[in-house]
Amino acid sequence: MAKADFAVPVLKQYPEIPAIEPGVMAHSAPFKSKEEFQAPLGFPGQLVDDWQQKALDKMGDLLGRYRGLRVYLDSCVKCGSCTDKCHYYLGTHDPKNMPVGRQDLMRKVYRRYFTLAGKFFPKLVGAEDFTEEVLSDWYSYFHQCSQCRRCSVFCPYGIDTAEISMAAREIMDHIGVGQKYCNEIIAKVYRIGNNLGLPGPALADTLEGLEEDVFDDTGVEVKYPLDQEGVDILFVTPSADFFAEPHVDGLIGYGKVMHEAGVSWTFSSYASEAANFGMFIGSYDNMRRVALRIREAAIKLGVKRIVFGECGHAWRVAYSFLNTLAGPWDFLDPRYPVPQHICEFTYDLMQQGKLNFDKSLNDDMVLTYHDSCNVARASRMGDRPGGQFDIPRAIIRATCNNFYDMDEDTIRDRTFCCGGGGGLLTDDLMEIRVKGAQPRVEALNNVIQEKGVTHMAAICAICKSQFTKVLPYYGMDMDQIVSVHQLVSNALILTGQTSDEDAEETADEAA
Amino acid sequence: MTYISTLYAYLFYFAAFVLVAGLAAKVFQYARTPAPLKIPTTPAPTTRAGVAFRITREVVFFESLFRGNKWIWIFGWIFHFGLFLVTLRHLRYFIDPVWAPIQFIQPFGVYGGIAMVVGLAGLWARRFLVDRVRYITSPSDHLILALLIAIGLSGLSMRFVVHTDVIRVKEFFQGLYVGQFSTLPADPLLLGHLLLVALLMIIFPYSKLLHMPGLFFSPSRNQVDNPRERRHIAPWARRLEQQ
Repeated sequence: MAKADFAVPVLKQYPEIPAIEPGVMAHSAPFKSKEEFQAPLGFPGQLVDDWQQKALDKMGDLLGRYRGLRVYLDSCVKCGSCTDKCHYYLGTHDPKNMPVGRQDLMRKVYRRYFTLAGKFFPKLVGAEDFTEEVLSDWYSYFHQCSQCRRCSVFCPYGIDTAEISMAAREIMDHIGVGQKYCNEIIAKVYRIGNNLGLPGPALADTLEGLEEDVFDDTGVEVKYPLDQEGVDILFVTPSADFFAEPHVDGLIGYGKVMHEAGVSWTFSSYASEAANFGMFIGSYDNMRRVALRIREAAIKLGVKRIVFGECGHAWRVAYSFLNTLAGPWDFLDPRYPVPQHICEFTYDLMQQGKLNFDKSLNDDMVLTYHDSCNVARASRMGDRPGGQFDIPRAIIRATCNNFYDMDEDTIRDRTFCCGGGGGLLTDDLMEIRVKGAQPRVEALNNVIQEKGVTHMAAICAICKSQFTKVLPYYGMDMDQIVSVHQLVSNALILTGQTSDEDAEETADEAA
Repeated sequence: MTYISTLYAYLFYFAAFVLVAGLAAKVFQYARTPAPLKIPTTPAPTTRAGVAFRITREVVFFESLFRGNKWIWIFGWIFHFGLFLVTLRHLRYFIDPVWAPIQFIQPFGVYGGIAMVVGLAGLWARRFLVDRVRYITSPSDHLILALLIAIGLSGLSMRFVVHTDVIRVKEFFQGLYVGQFSTLPADPLLLGHLLLVALLMIIFPYSKLLHMPGLFFSPSRNQVDNPRERRHIAPWARRLEQQ
């Protein structure tokens, strides 16, 4: 079990709504960004003079540009429906982690400076001056929101705390109070092409190694091309897929699926990152700059289609925003959606009967599936609403014999975030990550106890990294989290693949 | 008493002006502000008709609230539906002749009044009994509940305890259409009731009661899920592309 200098929540059989404990997470705040990480994004390097006025100016600017922000700040009636829905509240008991509690950190400033009632009767309507204490609360609690949108499902007006967190981070960035983790990473994308800072030669080396591994395993020459011009498909995937377990097992699966589909495809070293942290910091400009790299790569490589690998927030930006940020995509093949998710791609091939699976190859696992928050509540797959739930499950059922869903209240559009989304996947926020994972891990623990589940599959790089790190705090193993395309990779029998028996026979003959 | 009637006449002109102009300004502000990104909470409808159906379910049944919390839903829905019936019942003061459906609704309007107060009492109780809701409650949240309950109770009292001369009340409001100030009955209950209603009309555009227009403008509820099929771009974002 991993060691913690804070109390790891106890897993219960039935979920409990905790009593509020005000202020218990006020100490949790990520490392602040520095000049060198702020400047490439166009933000001041440290707290600016006259920060209060500049912050209010920025808030006014955003209120005029984002209808959602204005409507959400006006509409809340404090009914309480959201109060027990956030995983960070359930895991920490801090009422400022209730969605409405978090929103009110901004709403009280909005009311004070932008509404009649708050200007004349601040005490009455809970309006407050934008003081240094309020700014400190903002920095702390707007970095305890993973922008998972679970609150927006249960709000009678659809108020989405993610939108408010994003706006708050954008305002803070503009007065020089940035978060190191996100801003350093975005700068790395501009400089190198991906979040992990893996340069082209390192990617080429990794992919070459994978080709050898797959050939050794299967006897089939599956290719993992990089920067190949004139191919059909540009494949964009989170850089973690090139780097770590269990991500890379999923990437092996993508290549096998592409191979069986018989299409030509390539990764790009210039757009070697699916994730777009510009969204986390609420910066349209930076989100657009990151997204445009994909457009540039698609044009340069002359591809006809774009497919995205397994990544949650990335799929939100890809599915919901890419057309807005980097479109129009009129130079691509109009017969395919832009972009496509690898799960949609694999599912289509399954429908055409092009994939030959031996499910028993995954018999060493009993699986459950974690709906990643941004895939579930901010995107879609296929042509019907809810395809984002059904398609990945259809793939798992086609590749595995043993599959059980977790409790209905914790899956599909009611899924809990892993606890590490929205720019919180950094070691300086370990406490909130572990505590925020509690509702998901609790539901997982229950299917482990009741159904004998051994592994949880996911289609998000953040989820995979987060669970790898966090499950040990709850006494589970880090390798209990797997990629969906890892299951595909395990069960897929490639055309012309030598089975184990064939290989043994050949070995016998050779002997 | 004509002095008070005149005062009330001007009060209602003012209240009606604030309500209409304030709401119109707010609706105009919402409509003018772009929603630059597609952010419907998914699964979301893929057609405009589907979105209309989704919003209708939210308005009529409070669908999301039902999924969120059954207690708030039951009290909230009873209150709003009661208020709706009460409003229909009160239309008889503002139209002449009274339409048949409004005549038909009259007795239900009384039940609506009772339901409204019961629902409000339940919602108010939660503000004291549930620690999470107590934490997020401001004085204004209590005051709005008190205002609505006082309106409901004063109205019900005139139905069940001390009747007022409803014919003259109707004359008063009909007169306002043409600038004639008729005399209101000098009943304290009635005058109190009307004063509170005018107050409610005045605070409407400046309070959380904005959730009413807000729901229709909420991008997480009113957007069509079709970002891959149709390019969605705000005017200010398009200007970035031309730079």
